[in-house]
Amino acid sequence: MTATATPPTAAESPRAYQRLGDRVFSKSALIAGSLILVILAAVAIFLVAQSLPALVADPNDFIGRPDSFWAYVWPLVFGTLWSASLALLMALPLAIGIALFISHFAPRRLAQALGYIIDLLAAVPSVVYGLWGIGVLAPAVQPLYTWLTENLGWIPLFAPPASGTGRTILTAAIVLGVMILPVMTAICREVFLQTPVLHEEAALALGATRWEMIRMAVLPFGRPGIVSGAMLGLGRALGETMAVAMVLSPAAVVSFAVLQSRNPSTIAANIALSFPESYGVNVNLLIATGLVLFVITLIVNSIARWVVNRRKDFSGAN
Amino acid sequence: MAIDSTPAPLRTSTPANIHDHGRLNRRTPWTILGLSLAAGFGVAAFLGSVGATDGLSLTLALALGTVLYVVMITLISRQIEGTRQATDRFVTAMVTIAFTVAIIPLISLLFTVVTRGAARFDIQFFSESMRNVVGEGGGAAHAIVGTLLMTGTAAIISIPIGLMTAIYLVEYGRGPLARAITFFVDVMTGIPSIVAGLFAFALFALVFGPGVRMGFAGSIALSVLMIPVVVRSCEEMLRIVPNELREAAYALGVPKWLTVLKVVLPTSIAGITTGIMIAIARVIGETAPLLIVAGFTASMNYDMFNDRMQSLPVFVFTSYANQGVDSQAFLDRAWAGALTLILIVMVLNLTARLIARLFAPTLGR
Amino acid sequence: MSKRIEVRDLNVYYGKFKAVEDVSLTIEPRSVTAFIGPSGCGKSTFIRTLNRMHEVIPGAYVEGEVLVDGDNLYGAGIDPVLVRRQVGMVFQRPNPFPTMSIADNVLAGVKLNNRRISKSDADDLVEKSLQGANLWNEVKDRLDRPGSSLSGGQQQRLCIARAIAVEPEVILMDEPCSALDPISTLAIEDLIEELKRDYTIVIVTHNMQQASRVSDKTAFFTIAGTGMPGTLIEYDDTSVIFSNPSVKATEDYVSGKFG
Repeated sequence: MTATATPPTAAESPRAYQRLGDRVFSKSALIAGSLILVILAAVAIFLVAQSLPALVADPNDFIGRPDSFWAYVWPLVFGTLWSASLALLMALPLAIGIALFISHFAPRRLAQALGYIIDLLAAVPSVVYGLWGIGVLAPAVQPLYTWLTENLGWIPLFAPPASGTGRTILTAAIVLGVMILPVMTAICREVFLQTPVLHEEAALALGATRWEMIRMAVLPFGRPGIVSGAMLGLGRALGETMAVAMVLSPAAVVSFAVLQSRNPSTIAANIALSFPESYGVNVNLLIATGLVLFVITLIVNSIARWVVNRRKDFSGAN
Repeated sequence: MAIDSTPAPLRTSTPANIHDHGRLNRRTPWTILGLSLAAGFGVAAFLGSVGATDGLSLTLALALGTVLYVVMITLISRQIEGTRQATDRFVTAMVTIAFTVAIIPLISLLFTVVTRGAARFDIQFFSESMRNVVGEGGGAAHAIVGTLLMTGTAAIISIPIGLMTAIYLVEYGRGPLARAITFFVDVMTGIPSIVAGLFAFALFALVFGPGVRMGFAGSIALSVLMIPVVVRSCEEMLRIVPNELREAAYALGVPKWLTVLKVVLPTSIAGITTGIMIAIARVIGETAPLLIVAGFTASMNYDMFNDRMQSLPVFVFTSYANQGVDSQAFLDRAWAGALTLILIVMVLNLTARLIARLFAPTLGR
Repeated sequence: MSKRIEVRDLNVYYGKFKAVEDVSLTIEPRSVTAFIGPSGCGKSTFIRTLNRMHEVIPGAYVEGEVLVDGDNLYGAGIDPVLVRRQVGMVFQRPNPFPTMSIADNVLAGVKLNNRRISKSDADDLVEKSLQGANLWNEVKDRLDRPGSSLSGGQQQRLCIARAIAVEPEVILMDEPCSALDPISTLAIEDLIEELKRDYTIVIVTHNMQQASRVSDKTAFFTIAGTGMPGTLIEYDDTSVIFSNPSVKATEDYVSGKFG
């Protein structure tokens, strides 16, 4: 036995007794956990504190002299939402397809390796995506853009004139789509693999083809996973900075045309590009736009969590 | 898919038994694929020769071939196997295409980075800074040092906080506080990296005045991004340690804290190391927050608390964004930086997976 | 070095749920006492209160007293950690530490508590404990192999060796053979027979033959219905319980009429 004598006066209740080591250890764990709450509170407080000057300042002091703070933010919010939605629109069907391919179509021995390959996409730093987007993707898709404006220009999305460089919001959205693909694929793949084998076998026993089995058993079961994966991917795309900052040639416009050379910028990209040269109240202005971005991503992520948790509640299976 | 293994004609003749509804031979889809691609190349070559496209367009040929294959396999299957099988074949084709399409950017990206990055991937690149360099030459030594310093400091801050939080959540946490921490870790995971940068800036501007730039502020921004990732992965790893092991230690008269330190952590150490390395790989490529709080510079700086500090991702960005007179030299350096960055991240990821595979104790029996 | 255990009016709760009600019994030193009863009757819960292992489950607490040679385990200022060094435990499934070698598993109680021990003392302790658990001859050539490399029955004996290396007064066994094959079970039963020369042993078992083979006294627990607390129905010499019980429920259970 060790020398740790039990102090008789430790407490009235026997359960209150704790050794010194236990006390120190559990307290430091508690402090670490609470520190996270403190950090997050600090993030919110500092952002708000540094944003306030921009909200009360004279808009004439802002760069570009917008009519008001909101007139400055609105095109950026639009650009952020628009590019992220385009990215989601392109990536989601792909992600579901890839997840199905890995979970139900690919040979089982290959499946894990294929999963790793998709995960590699997530490991590439965003600045490298930016470089690739502008150096490779933009020139490659430019002829396609020209063709689209010439032949499908009557669709507002593809309204001419096409950008000569390919540096448009569609290119940025493609890069974003590639970047959020791994997150969404990972989540979809996980829920697809969790489909109860019994359901799948029941469907197959009824004589279903593989696709019918997926439609009957896998997709209904995985729907909340698909939704939350999509929302998390959207959250990523909203906050992604460098790829957009490098690919896009920005202008303060609100336009749905995706192939032109004048494109709305995104909040994150605008901060990254403008911040190094900013001074005075413009710094506060940029921080205020950052706060707006924070709130938007918070809402999107909360919806995702809510969907996931709701599913946990009613599937008592695990 | 096709169950018959013996080579058979395109269509199995009169059903031999009632289960035989006619199936496509196993090799038929491949034949159709080959023919479709050949046709695609034929059309593309024709368009190229009449001058509709610039020479033989590979992309066009592959795209046409793929579309043709999807149409053909669906139609043929419908004729022979019926609508349901045809739909199944159509979906199989689409899903496979989805996967292939996703692989294209990865291959293209890796190929480009390696070929263009190789030009300046030399000793000078790793031994010199950009000080007084206006054209060719120079290197990213200052950026590599800055990245290592800032990421290292971020790791030193994040790992203890993240690990202890995970321990709190798994071993001690009950009730509203634990639920709040779990929730806010989720929230923190979703913080855009640029917002983390703004936070660090706001914090340090308050202490050091506006316009502050220092490496340590960069570390703080990276920590905000890294902590939730560390918490998540550590928590997951601690939770898969079976309770039986904890009970075994308690039953031997081992206090809880020693049980956690000497039984739970050693059992999950491989997984925790993997998680931490992946978290480091995640933040080592972060550009936006460092661009804001650590700034950029051409000179070597070893002082975390003083003056601007370059980092590899920011080096890539600024080389590209602020091209000098000799723009090719700047682009070459940007690609070499990208290659270095990708190599670091890949090595971290692969080592992490190796550790997870080699050192994981066998828990199941 | 074995001790007498006296339980007085013990109630066990999980939060608001009363799991075991009003148990009083005395366990003699150097004897084997078996707890039998249907699933969910609280016998496993009760055995855990004898070394305060139930406190691992959040919200679990007891009312009443457990006296080990007159000292109340639940007295003010008693450290549960020290209680567990006096009253060791072996679990249902063998649970050697996967990161440790066979020798380190035996020394776990010493090493995990940061106590220094000389190399020769450690070697002696390993040999003595493994011999005490009838495992020495089977593993003496591979003491540095991981504990998980052993068979299930050997792992369970390793866990017993690990428990006796701490030199407890009492050893609690919670269904120690339920995950083992018949031959390993026999080995464990033989071991229990030897261990009772030095230790007070309490064993929970579902296997009534096992109870009648190894134990000196037997306690029969049952519950009146779902959601009701488990109670001690009868506690007597094993031969009495199995041949001539005084309560009808006991007779029904040991003769296989229910449970």
